[in-house]
Amino acid sequence: MELLPTIWFIAIAVLWTGYLFLEGFDLGVGMLMKAFARNNTERRVLLNTIGPVWDGNEVWLLTAGGATFAAFPLWYASLFSALYLPLLVVLVALIFRAVAFEYRGKVDTDRWRARWDWAIALGSFFAAFGVGAALALTTTGLPLNANGDREGGPFAWFSGYAVLGGLAVVGFSLVHALAFLALKTDGEVRHRARQWFVRLLPVLLLPIAAWALSIQFLDGKPWTWAAVLLAVAAAAAAWLLARSGAEGKAFLALGVFLVLGTASIFGAVFPVVLPSTLDGAFDLTISNASSSDYTLGLMSIVAAFGLPLVIAYQAWTYWVFRRRVSAASIPEAHSFLPAVAARAFTTKG
Amino acid sequence: MDALEIARWQFGITTVYHFMMVPLTIGLGLVVAIIQTVWHRTGKPEYLRMTKFWGKLFLINFIMGVATGIVQEFQFGMAWSEYSRFVGDVFGAPLALEALLAFFVESTFLGLWIFGWKQLKPAIHLACLWVAVIGSMFSAYFIIVANSWMQHPVGVEMVDGRPVMTDAWAVFTNNTALVAVPHTLFGALAVAGGFLLGIAWYHLWRRRRDGVDTVGADGKVIPGESAAIPGRDRADHTVWIRSLRIGAVVAMISFAGTALTGDLQGKLMFEQQPMKMAAAEAACHDGTGFSVLSIGNLGSQDCDDIVALIEVPGILSYLAKGDFTTEVKGVNTLLPEYQANYGTHLPDNPIYGERAGQEIDYLPVMEVTYWGFRMMIGFGGLAALAALVALWLTRSGTVPSSPWLMRLAVLGIMAPFGANAAGWIFTEMGRQPFVVAPNPDPNGIDQVFMFTAAAVSPGVSAGELLASLITLTAVYAVLLVVEVKLLVKYVRGGVVSAMPELAHIPADENEDATPGPGGPGGAKPADDVLAFAY
Ligand code: HDD
Ligand code: HEM
Ligand code: HEM
Repeated sequence: MELLPTIWFIAIAVLWTGYLFLEGFDLGVGMLMKAFARNNTERRVLLNTIGPVWDGNEVWLLTAGGATFAAFPLWYASLFSALYLPLLVVLVALIFRAVAFEYRGKVDTDRWRARWDWAIALGSFFAAFGVGAALALTTTGLPLNANGDREGGPFAWFSGYAVLGGLAVVGFSLVHALAFLALKTDGEVRHRARQWFVRLLPVLLLPIAAWALSIQFLDGKPWTWAAVLLAVAAAAAAWLLARSGAEGKAFLALGVFLVLGTASIFGAVFPVVLPSTLDGAFDLTISNASSSDYTLGLMSIVAAFGLPLVIAYQAWTYWVFRRRVSAASIPEAHSFLPAVAARAFTTKG
Repeated sequence: MDALEIARWQFGITTVYHFMMVPLTIGLGLVVAIIQTVWHRTGKPEYLRMTKFWGKLFLINFIMGVATGIVQEFQFGMAWSEYSRFVGDVFGAPLALEALLAFFVESTFLGLWIFGWKQLKPAIHLACLWVAVIGSMFSAYFIIVANSWMQHPVGVEMVDGRPVMTDAWAVFTNNTALVAVPHTLFGALAVAGGFLLGIAWYHLWRRRRDGVDTVGADGKVIPGESAAIPGRDRADHTVWIRSLRIGAVVAMISFAGTALTGDLQGKLMFEQQPMKMAAAEAACHDGTGFSVLSIGNLGSQDCDDIVALIEVPGILSYLAKGDFTTEVKGVNTLLPEYQANYGTHLPDNPIYGERAGQEIDYLPVMEVTYWGFRMMIGFGGLAALAALVALWLTRSGTVPSSPWLMRLAVLGIMAPFGANAAGWIFTEMGRQPFVVAPNPDPNGIDQVFMFTAAAVSPGVSAGELLASLITLTAVYAVLLVVEVKLLVKYVRGGVVSAMPELAHIPADENEDATPGPGGPGGAKPADDVLAFAY
């Protein structure tokens, strides 16, 4: 077994887990903008819980992608080109979502806000769904030929697993977001988030559990089976903790669920990184898809310093913005802007 | 159009678009950080206003850079999978390091800056902005290291038909990158300079038009106050005249910077990509003269059609070698050299698709390289000259009342954007037909080059690429309209649009600052932070 490719396989699994953990709740909060929040003030409460951190969370996705490129170029090339259209949807979703966060409050009309609210909700949904589908397919395989290129046309990737993976990440993100809101808000929103969390957790975690289990039936190893079972226990613990009002602990338990779940999935497929459904000989593995040891060694040194640093300052950010957000802390909409600007236009034109 | 052409259009459009946002982010970020530092040191309220106003515009633009950057990162794998397979070992590393060491820093610390006005101590809050700004410069460094490797591959060895990194130091200190980074950073500052200058001019002009500011008998400005609009007091005049002067100085310094570094780039290009240099000059025959105006059908790709109307002898040699006499090789000399070194026809390999076996055209599109090079220098120089004139015209402390000059100043904001776009289009299209240009150094690395025709994803259909080209172009077009509208709105609103607290607190002794519909109840202390954010 090669050491450096294995380390990088683990590193990429860690980056994806970090991404799902962090962006999981902000994608979920985005989706809840329409379904959960009842009025503009509540929407702003939701937005301000993730405002300072969502962009930093999204960089986990970029780093996971970039690290895959650097460490396993053939994996990156085959996966991204085979999933051309679904990734296009993810890109458009992420574009609208990002712009919507920043622009939503910049004009004070209901129509403007309503449009961007839809952009946030739909953008978050499609981004979560697309990332989930892509991750599921990299574990269950794509119709790749000997060169690693997709056979069978633009929709050859479509399968039940794509849908399952999509639903898995959407479902997890929603649960995670409810746990996050219960932890980060106060008043009515906090109360309702906890209620929804307890009510919806069993349903919303079903798809991700189904994905993790089906992978175990395909390639499970004893330790990954154990991880799945522990993950289920962690989910149950999260549910019980939330019911008894321990919001922080419930959030953490859900995090444990995610870590164990992704570990079981990545662990089961190891050392294959992207199976070919056409011929097992075309599978991409950590040995035939990876970069040279020189490149991996260089990256290892940088990551060994860089990643802990990133985690440290991102943790500090969460500490700085640890205060709960509530409706009372949201000021009136900044409606003076159009008024002033309008006056500026008319003042002796 | 086939898949390759669509993919190229898509990469070109999305990158040039991304690079509309990028230089403003880098340049304006640095300027805001400096202004906030001055505020921190002096405590003068006009610097706080400048920080908030320019900071708000910075954020409106920043987000578009983020949104369009993600597309860039994914596109290598999606549309250029053969390229990614070929270069992954060396090219992926700077991209991954950019995300790990720069994007995390930028996004996290900018989040702290936006929301941390009250939560953080002032010095730490200021430091967060500096960290984010320095992060954006690191991001420029890493991505340009990646790009420079495509212009001038170093530090690798061919193993099983793929370049494998053997010397990271050589890759990360590629001389092409070391001059391109400062050149690009100065180019970014030029954008910020023009932006400040144009917008500040507009506001000074509006204050004059509305009779707020007047010019006294001694030719000096007499700043006034306007009751009608909150925040339009004497300090407001200071905000704009300072901004204008900062902008003008930044514009001039950055042009000098781009000229100095660009000169170094030209000398490297002469060694590393001689065909690009010749194409930039539409120089068919060997010579020493710099063409100021060449006519004839540049697009015909046939040198016999081109006549240099005005030529300055010696200058081309100076650009390339630093003297006035060395003959610079023209296209007619270079073509046979390229054909001898890299072949006359594309290999009969399936990765070239229907292009396999075709004759290779080593001459880049000369219309683009020739005019691209001149537009870059021309627009940049024009902006610097305009900045000098602007300083002279505003020596009285305000701008002339002419609406035409105001329109010109606002229009001038576009010039440095144009110079940047032209520079990239020239650099990238001048590299064709290669996506990874060969390193012609006699001690260079053999066989490390790649034709663009081999780079595109073989498994992706032209239909998919066309769908994404249309989708992305449409999305970008819509968002450009939205961004520009928002910028215009906030620019017109003036400082108070970024500092609603000015509308609540009576700004002057007349006490007639009108409270907005936000409610005369007055602002809670946290209002301004959230109003600055979401
Ligand atoms: C000279 C500078 C420069 C150049 C040539 C490029 N970029 Fe860029 N990019 C930046 C300078 C920058 C920046 C200043 O750092 C941005 C602009 C706004 C921002 O957030 O960071 C950015 C944002 C940005 C982001 C979003 C980061 C985030 O979420 O915070 C990505 C993924 C990329 N870029 C990727 C690319 C790729 C793959 C490029 C090559 C084709 C590229 N950029 C060209
Ligand atoms: C942001 C600044 C950049 C701009 C404005 C820019 C512009 C362009 C343009 C106009 C093209 C199309 C050329 C043609 O089709 O003839 C192109 C192609 C390309 N560029 Fe860049 N580029 C930039 C930065 C980069 C960087 C930093 C990289 C690599 C990290 C890069 C990699 C490529 C690739 C892979 C292609 C596609 C192949 C090709 O058509 O040449 N570019 N770019
Ligand atoms: C006398 C002035 C200038 C000279 C001599 C000059 C020279 C050059 C050269 C030779 C290149 C190509 C490098 C290569 O392909 O290897 C280049 C690229 C570029 N230039 Fe300029 N330039 C000048 C002014 C400007 C100005 C004013 C701007 C922007 C405001 C600008 C922006 C760019 C950009 C963005 C690129 C592409 C990125 C890069 O390769 O650095 N340049 N310039």
